[in-house]
Amino acid sequence: MNYDVVIGLEVHAELKTNTKCFCSCKNESGNEPNTNCCPVCVGLPGALPVLNKFAVEQTIRAGLALGFEINKTAIFERKNYFYPDLSKAYQISQLVKPICINGSLRVGEKDIPINRIHLEEDAGKLVHANDGSTLVDYNRGGVPLIELVTEALQEPHIETADEAIEFLEKLRQVYIYAGVADCLIEKGQMRADVNVSLKPKGSKEFGTKVEMKNIMGFKSVHRAIQYEIERQRDILDDGGKIEQETRKWDDDKGISFTLRTKENSQDYRYFPDPDLLAVEIDDSIIENVKNTMPMLPQELKNKYMQEYGLSEYDADVLLQFKHVSDFYNDCLSGYNQPKTVCNWLTTEIMARIKTETGAGPILISKQNLIWLMKNVDDKKINRLSAKEVLSQIWGTDLNAEEEAKRQNLIIDIDTSALDGIVKQVVENNANVVSQFKETGDSKILNFLVGQVMKETRGKANAGDVMAKIKDIVNS
Amino acid sequence: MINLGVIETRDKILAGETTCESVVLEYIQKIKSSKTNAVLEVFADAVDLAKEMDKKIKSGFKGKLAGVPIIIKDNILVKGKHASAGSLILKDYIAEYTSTVAQKLIDAGAIIIARANMDEFAMGGSTETSYFGKTLNPHDLTRVPGGSSGGSAAAVAENLCAASLGTDTGGSIRQPSSYCGMVGVKPTYGRVSRFGVIAYASSLDQVGPITKSVADNALLLEVLSGADINDETTEHLQVEEYTNYLNQDIKGMKIGVVKQVDNITKGLDTEKNYNDIKTFLKNNGADIVEIEIPHLELVLPVYYIIAPAEATSNLARYDGVKYTRRSEDAKNLEEIYKKSRTEGFGSEVKRRIMLGNYVLSSGYFDAYYNKARALQAKLREEYLDAFKNCDVILMPTATGEAYKLGAKSNPVDAYKEDIFTVSANITGLPCIAVPYGVGPNNLPIAMQFLAPHFEEKRLYKIADFVEKNKEAK
Repeated sequence: MNYDVVIGLEVHAELKTNTKCFCSCKNESGNEPNTNCCPVCVGLPGALPVLNKFAVEQTIRAGLALGFEINKTAIFERKNYFYPDLSKAYQISQLVKPICINGSLRVGEKDIPINRIHLEEDAGKLVHANDGSTLVDYNRGGVPLIELVTEALQEPHIETADEAIEFLEKLRQVYIYAGVADCLIEKGQMRADVNVSLKPKGSKEFGTKVEMKNIMGFKSVHRAIQYEIERQRDILDDGGKIEQETRKWDDDKGISFTLRTKENSQDYRYFPDPDLLAVEIDDSIIENVKNTMPMLPQELKNKYMQEYGLSEYDADVLLQFKHVSDFYNDCLSGYNQPKTVCNWLTTEIMARIKTETGAGPILISKQNLIWLMKNVDDKKINRLSAKEVLSQIWGTDLNAEEEAKRQNLIIDIDTSALDGIVKQVVENNANVVSQFKETGDSKILNFLVGQVMKETRGKANAGDVMAKIKDIVNS
Repeated sequence: MINLGVIETRDKILAGETTCESVVLEYIQKIKSSKTNAVLEVFADAVDLAKEMDKKIKSGFKGKLAGVPIIIKDNILVKGKHASAGSLILKDYIAEYTSTVAQKLIDAGAIIIARANMDEFAMGGSTETSYFGKTLNPHDLTRVPGGSSGGSAAAVAENLCAASLGTDTGGSIRQPSSYCGMVGVKPTYGRVSRFGVIAYASSLDQVGPITKSVADNALLLEVLSGADINDETTEHLQVEEYTNYLNQDIKGMKIGVVKQVDNITKGLDTEKNYNDIKTFLKNNGADIVEIEIPHLELVLPVYYIIAPAEATSNLARYDGVKYTRRSEDAKNLEEIYKKSRTEGFGSEVKRRIMLGNYVLSSGYFDAYYNKARALQAKLREEYLDAFKNCDVILMPTATGEAYKLGAKSNPVDAYKEDIFTVSANITGLPCIAVPYGVGPNNLPIAMQFLAPHFEEKRLYKIADFVEKNKEAK
């Protein structure tokens, strides 16, 4: 039988702020366990939360970047449940009146509707010790999180694992460019819960939703969705019924298993947190966020293509990593040659920073790279030599110009000396020259240029050399 | 010295007639011989702090509470000191930081000498639900001191301190003040910081002073009041000098009496005091204005839905995982939760936790919690409407005198006792309980005045007049 697949996403991202959501502890990771905590985030008796206004601004920024409406009044609620990593036994979250409502994100040709983005606090972490005991680290407790929930009831839906991944990749890019979150997947700064349901093709009625929690990494999300679609299809094809449940994905085994069924689902007993005032978001706050909004990927793409004349492919490559795009703009401010700079970045730089999961830092200064690009363009150094210098100084404190000089790579040979060398090379390779005369093979020409360059130790301009060789040969 | 109030004690110490150290020593001596179980622990550093204070005073310190010994309720945190909220589950808990109210007392020169017994997590009106035993009423040891701040009220009445702090969620300062013959104030919600005060019902809790006189009370509230960056619900309003509103005439003051209160009061032991004070106020030139609070009787169900709902969430953190007492029998995580909480909480606390979970459960939330919140808004509106026609509202504090120990073992009977006190918490209004006469057994009875939000000065004005002129009739 044929089915329509409906996929819903709940995406958590750690907000970029200086301090935690409801106390003045630092929002940072990597500290010794339980050293970045205070009475508020450990949930000591009598401690009270005080809302971090910047976290609200960042949530608004995330919302505006995705075209959300911003609620004039937002409310924080308590989500009550017991777990050792949750210090107060409730999480401060938002249910009835989140900060952002009704947004969307373009995936392929579809604008996927998004129900909400709300602000909440993260829980701590459980650490399982070697002796079998379990310890709790509250350093992460109280870190601000935004949770985005796609709209399940409106079309169009996310229908395939590929679309789900595209949604997540694009969302990640928007968050990063808007400056609201770093979204480092390996650090768990962006996490997705997925729900999947199947219904007979064309049916208006939704099928039973199955949720999968705590899937680490987009590749696993893809696999988990594929698995779940197949699992449900098999059950339905056999005339079975889908149980409403929460499943856990086991990435090693490539299967999921039941975590909770509907019967033992949690009742979170949400109610407004009496310790926190309702958040009034007036137009001036929204205006301020709008005015300080960095350029988003789509805007930059348009600019790169329309203003700078880049191809869509090149623009996408530059935009794939924000620090690359930022570096691109930095370089342009010192050397306004959009295409040249783009070529260097998308080839030489990308080749050096690309990793399996993302991209590492750019280990050359903008000044050095500009010097190399400019001097290649000005025919002061050969492209090959420039690439060599780039390799030499990558990840070091070395200066491009000094290094080029030290290696004697600056083009400064005078015309008569060059003419002499060219003549010499042509004479010494008479056989080859006559072959070239017969065939016009550019490989042969390049060989001859190479010979001249070798003689000059790279200090001549290859273009000039080629012209001179052609002159002699054709005369 | 130990029968003196806050202002007299401070003035005598500042005048060099006595020292903080000798006053504190005298109180500690008295606490040791007390039979009421009002005090749970005398703080070990009290005498040292008193000595330091004497030095400070010698070098010119003139704080509003310079050298004044004060006792705080067992739910108010002072760094390094035990705070157990009258519960086994927090029996060994030592505060890691100091509450804003305690810090304000300390900064004004007070010496916090001890912590007072209370109903467990402030749930109760008799101090009988404390894990650490009942507190007895100093006026009659066979009777309760009221609650939940029963230890705080009894301690002042028994002269174990110059004044004390209590907390009031549904009458927990004012009712014990009435039973013990003291002056107690529940400030406007948001007037005093709750930071560092173990929460019962966060939207209703307020800290307030229990004192021997209205003047003492006004002085203490001046010290305690003010916005706190650690408590979002505190109001950014300038703190008034409440002591400037004492010794004033009440001629022309409009006193609201609530028709529904008159009906409820009929036949109660407090009826006589309530009628007497009306006459007294009229005789002294005040206007008695009849007002109506149509939904007054619904304050109890509203309170007993909202307070347990918040409490169930507030008390969830006492789970045996972190700083709370863990059951020794617990073998896994589920048992840590279940056994620690089953052993650690008393039956009244468990009752309210269950009540709170019930009203917050999906399927019941709208029928109970949301309905209660809507009624709360309605009641607030009715009170604010009433204040268009009067300056303060008068009503009894309790239904009668302090009752016998164990007399209200049926929880519903006990809950009904709160009928006059919970209005102030539900609406956030400030309210003072001031002694006015005695009951059938010659035990103290207090009347209450309510004022509009942040109009505590009106309470001090009227209560000071009552206190100073009641003998004259």
